Amino acid sequence: MLNIEIDGKQLTVEPGTSIIDAADAAGIYIPRFCYHKKLSVAANCRMCLVQVEKVPKPLPACATVVTDGMKVMTRSETAINAQKAVMEFLLINHPLDCPICDKGGECELQDLAVGYGTGASRYTEEKRVVFNKNIGPLITTDMTRCISCTRCVRFGQEIGGIMEMGQISRGEHVEITTFIERSINSELSGNIIDLCPVGALTSKPFRYSARAWELTSRPSVSPHDGMGANLTVQTRSNRVMRVLPRDNEEINECWLSDKDRFGYEGLNSADRLQHPMIKRSGAWHQCDWSEALEFIATQLKRIRDEQGEEQIAALASPHATLEELYLLQKLLRGIGSNHIDHRLRQSDFSADASLQGAPWLGMSIADLGQLDSVLVVGSTLRADHPLLAWRLRQAIQHGAQLNLINPVDDDLLCPVANKVIVAPAAMVDALDQVLRALAGESADASAQAIAASLKGGERKAVLLGNLAQHHPRYAEMHALAQQIAELTGAQFGFLGEAANSVGAYLAGALPTGGGMNAAQMLDDPRRAYILLDVEAELDSYNPAKTLAALQSAQLVVSLCAYKGKAPDYAHVLLPVAPFTETSGTFVNTEGRAQSFSAVVKPLGESRPAWKVLRVLGNLMELDGFDYDSSEQVQAEALAGGIGSKLNNALKAPVAHAAGSASHGLQRIGEVLAYHADAIVRRAPSLQETADAKTPAAWMNGETLAKVGAVEGMDITVRQGGEGAVLKAMRDDRLPAGCVRVAAGHPATAMLGGLMDEIVVERAGS
Amino acid sequence: MANEVIFHSIHLPESWKLENYLKAGGYDALKKVLAEKISPDEIINQVKTSVLRGRGGAGFPTGLKWSFMPKNYPGDKYLVCNSDEGEPGTFKDRDIIRLNPHQLIEGMIIGGYTLGAKVGYNYIHGEIWECYERFEAALDEARAAGLLGKNILGSGWDFDIHAHHGYGAYVCGEETALLESIEGKKGQPRFKPPFPASFGLYGKPTTINNTETLASIPYIVKHGGQKFLELGKPNNGGTKIFSVSGHVNNPGNFEIGMGTPFSELLKMAGGMKDGRKLKAVIPGGSSVPVVPGEIMMDLTMDYDSIAKAGSYLGAGSVIVMDDTVCMVRALERLSYFYYEESCGQCTPCREGTGWLYRVIHRIEHGLGKPEDLDLLESVAGNIMGRTICALGDAAAMPVQGMLKHYRNEFEYHIQHKKCMV
Amino acid sequence: MLSPESLKKIDREIAKYPDGKQQSAVMAALRIAQDEKGWLAPETIEFVAGYLGMAPIAAHEVATFYNMYNLQPVGKYKITICTNLPCTLMGVEPTVEHLKRKLGIGFGETTPDGKFTLKEGECMGSCGDGPVALVNNVRLCARLTPDEADRILAGLE
Ligand SMILES: Cc1cc2nc3c(=O)[nH]c(=O)nc-3n(C[C@H](O)[C@H](O)[C@H](O)COP(=O)(O)O)c2cc1C
Ligand code: SF4
Ligand code: FES
Repeated sequence: MLNIEIDGKQLTVEPGTSIIDAADAAGIYIPRFCYHKKLSVAANCRMCLVQVEKVPKPLPACATVVTDGMKVMTRSETAINAQKAVMEFLLINHPLDCPICDKGGECELQDLAVGYGTGASRYTEEKRVVFNKNIGPLITTDMTRCISCTRCVRFGQEIGGIMEMGQISRGEHVEITTFIERSINSELSGNIIDLCPVGALTSKPFRYSARAWELTSRPSVSPHDGMGANLTVQTRSNRVMRVLPRDNEEINECWLSDKDRFGYEGLNSADRLQHPMIKRSGAWHQCDWSEALEFIATQLKRIRDEQGEEQIAALASPHATLEELYLLQKLLRGIGSNHIDHRLRQSDFSADASLQGAPWLGMSIADLGQLDSVLVVGSTLRADHPLLAWRLRQAIQHGAQLNLINPVDDDLLCPVANKVIVAPAAMVDALDQVLRALAGESADASAQAIAASLKGGERKAVLLGNLAQHHPRYAEMHALAQQIAELTGAQFGFLGEAANSVGAYLAGALPTGGGMNAAQMLDDPRRAYILLDVEAELDSYNPAKTLAALQSAQLVVSLCAYKGKAPDYAHVLLPVAPFTETSGTFVNTEGRAQSFSAVVKPLGESRPAWKVLRVLGNLMELDGFDYDSSEQVQAEALAGGIGSKLNNALKAPVAHAAGSASHGLQRIGEVLAYHADAIVRRAPSLQETADAKTPAAWMNGETLAKVGAVEGMDITVRQGGEGAVLKAMRDDRLPAGCVRVAAGHPATAMLGGLMDEIVVERAGS
Repeated sequence: MANEVIFHSIHLPESWKLENYLKAGGYDALKKVLAEKISPDEIINQVKTSVLRGRGGAGFPTGLKWSFMPKNYPGDKYLVCNSDEGEPGTFKDRDIIRLNPHQLIEGMIIGGYTLGAKVGYNYIHGEIWECYERFEAALDEARAAGLLGKNILGSGWDFDIHAHHGYGAYVCGEETALLESIEGKKGQPRFKPPFPASFGLYGKPTTINNTETLASIPYIVKHGGQKFLELGKPNNGGTKIFSVSGHVNNPGNFEIGMGTPFSELLKMAGGMKDGRKLKAVIPGGSSVPVVPGEIMMDLTMDYDSIAKAGSYLGAGSVIVMDDTVCMVRALERLSYFYYEESCGQCTPCREGTGWLYRVIHRIEHGLGKPEDLDLLESVAGNIMGRTICALGDAAAMPVQGMLKHYRNEFEYHIQHKKCMV
Repeated sequence: MLSPESLKKIDREIAKYPDGKQQSAVMAALRIAQDEKGWLAPETIEFVAGYLGMAPIAAHEVATFYNMYNLQPVGKYKITICTNLPCTLMGVEPTVEHLKRKLGIGFGETTPDGKFTLKEGECMGSCGDGPVALVNNVRLCARLTPDEADRILAGLE
């Protein structure tokens, strides 16, 4: 440890600490623009110049490492003069258009200018004007305001993993821009809005909609993926206006994915359901809550009494809150049915009997960044888990090896040490090969390489992603991955798909006690279904089958914030509050429960679903539905704690059947990032991004030729009945015999299973 | 004492050819090093004894710089030669490459041997394309003769050199900008520390020297550091090439001993053009403060003497101005240069160079205000010492020098809206 | 996108640098591309970036940082004249005036027949031979009096 002094304060700091970090830790503020704790040090703005004893020139505090006995003066005349001079330089070409700038009120330059600027400008020459650029639907530019701190450029290179912004030209003519006005496509792009210390990069959806000081900030948690990024939700007049990251080093650090940041736009969608609705004689009517709930209770009782409780089932979204999921299963079980599931995109449940707990990440999120070697099986990482993907890149920056067994070979923006890109059907064999390699049996070279990678290093992990969890032979993959992890001493984990993928298990929203799982409920349709936050045709493994089952039912109750397509198959629509309008809890993929409160009042007549379910329980005359608060529900749901209920290990081995050769084409049906849940689907700005393009039918050149299609041509893809007309597209990185057709999108919502056989026809034929 | 060290063979026809360099004793030093297995430490000692100071402008003792390279570093190390000569008034490195490339190559090979480098790069100013091609041809000759590449002269030691060209950016002469440029990026200087000796090209230990510095090495190795030192004067070892331009009859490069009086150099350059009166001299390239002619006539050409007069020897680039020169116009052009060439990275230089230029431009065009001169001094002072690289200082010093010695001309310009001369 | 000869030249440049450091060849590659195409159109820059495995914007940064790259089409002969202080002292101004008048264009402009572009340049490291100019980035012309400039123009076909 070193002893230093800053502004007369004696401090003890670690060797290698910069002056600015030492000062920050001691609560001494040194002004800065280019420095950011998460980015490399550029030392280009020069705002942090301070005086160091015995050094004639002022030194940048961000780039100067302390030495023992160093005496730093951050407020001496030398320091202040240097800081003031830099501020003057920064302002001479700045437009000073704070009154019309979206950053006004939260601008680092504006804040510091008050303290360091001088009144009148000594600069009387003409100011520089920089042409604005259109860089896509999410970020507005006003580059005349840019102070060239290059934080946004460094973000792309160092965190985002893709250099989309750069600083072109030189001298006074430098400009921050994308390559010839390309749009920014990074799934983490919105972070540069926060990083920009001035109003050069601002949020396009938020533009001109409110001033910073009119907003009320409340903490919340992202509902969009398994990470549970911490949010600050900003509201005005009972409306969510903007979402910003809330720092949490253990989860999202200071970052948000674009999905987390811009998804809120979907909350204000015109498709929001604002009143309960009932279908009578084929027509929809608005009604009040008591009418709707009494109708439901009456119908449920009737079906129970006439046809048996076995005819009642529930499907819940894993994006619902812990409390909602808990009460839904309690309601069902109170009625006498165990037919409840939240694993709507899962297709293979054969390991259920061997499960010993809730599948989870198997380690902390922060630990992902410390791995030495990792095998990821079946994941479109950047789309499914943008910030977990960043954690893995972080590990790779520190030298970790990433191994991949996957049906798609998307650019992960980092080196992949070994990869096996095979058809979904062949993934099981690929895992088996790795296991053989570990057992010293003969195995193919890539499996050997993966095995070697997992054997080396100290901290390693085997992770199953969404594609693996949806896979028709998920159970075998689960078992194989578990064995690989055991043999290599790796952690074994699951990348949780949804906000409550873990929480839904803890809440018991699955068919324990002999109930039907999500697939069985559709194979053998029930008379009544309660849907919680479910858009059946977009959220399930097999949309066609799901719709058919629902359409044949006597009663379908949809509790959802949106109308969507529910009027086509439901009988009652109940407007329930999304996460910003209710209190609740998400248990993220690392098993951390994060509770949140409502940040605005429910829209129209919407109500928090936990309250609706409570009333339904009462109307069904069930015991134990007398909660006063969601906290009570949470306490009951999590009684006994979480840790002991997380368990990835299967009790008994699952038999590994030799690969059954499929004859036809196989679909690779991944879920599009911006169509993964009901809220993001309705976020207009996200829908304008490149990532939200209408799905196409992607095949490698060979397969394309085999089906007689050429790139760009319209073709029909069919699974069972109806077909979707899509553009045929070529991606030679895809395995042969596969057609990649994304799900979660209306254009493909009539198709069947995500990884089942698919037929390709020329359109019109 | 002229043309003793570097230009010793340039009187020969096609002096740049290997055979002619060999005839003049070329590569003797390298052969000696390899044959006698002279230790790197011994070479560094000789260079220290020679008091060779970096010819790129800063005058840093080369022996000391070489001793900073980590000795037992396990990975690759690099030697980089700085031939980016873009400082207005400087054109000596061009003539070294043009007329005696093999001496530079020999110096680089000995440098590579001494520093334990694996590869050397020579970064050549983009505008002197013929020199780039000539240097590459010389490299080919050296490789073919077994002087460069694998197993040099049968010693079992490998070292190769490659040429990298600039393409029009003065700042790339700054050593860390130059490294960035070799790495395929724009030439924006790095913050130091870390210095290149610990974090240089591709993050590896790297030594960067000027062309003339490296071309002086064979002489030092061959004749000993003491002999080189004695060519100059104490603390200013050796001969130095002075590039003389401006209002002289015979502009060009002159290799003379350090400490030669300026008056003699002026004579070698043919004296003042048209017999006009010497008004001022910029003694070390455009970045250093101007020195009035009458002071200059009493100085000798070495680091210490010029520093005493409040300027710098820099790269030894002597810009001579007669009494027809308007100092406002001269400064306007220089300020434009720094404004154009700022890399744009750090605030004081990016914003300040444009401010300086615009104010001076205004004064030159009759729109000056009385308070402008104090403003210029203040802005220049606000750039000085606060930038990432020394280009900021280089932009400020000419302004400070001109205002110190010729403030009256600026005042006249502001008052009368025209030149004094 | 680029001719096989150009690609061969670029490959030769790449070989100068350590494995995996092919980005180091970007300056040479852009120069070679420019020599073939006359100027660096966005698609040319993108091609070079792709060839060297770098982000297009990173190559664009390089192309816009260094003065000798042409980011717009130029005439068959681009004449860059140094107007820095030494060349000015040595008399470049009359030559510049002469050339501008004779070609009927200013700095940064191209003659209507597409033959000549005039450009103001910075120090070319040849002040002793001043005034100097550079033709098409390769040929340095020394002691450029108006008469000498005429002789050079006459020789450019
Ligand atoms: C703006 C700027 C331009 C420079 N240009 C050159 C140059 O063209 N050639 C050169 O050798 N050194 C130049 N230098 C100095 C180099 O940074 C470095 O000090 C030198 O190459 C070291 O070599 P030496 O020790 O042999 O002098 C420049 C420095 C600055 C700040
Ligand atoms: S001083 Fe000028 S040239 Fe040097 S780093 Fe700063 S902006 Fe770039
Ligand atoms: S914060 Fe240190 S130079 Fe910008």
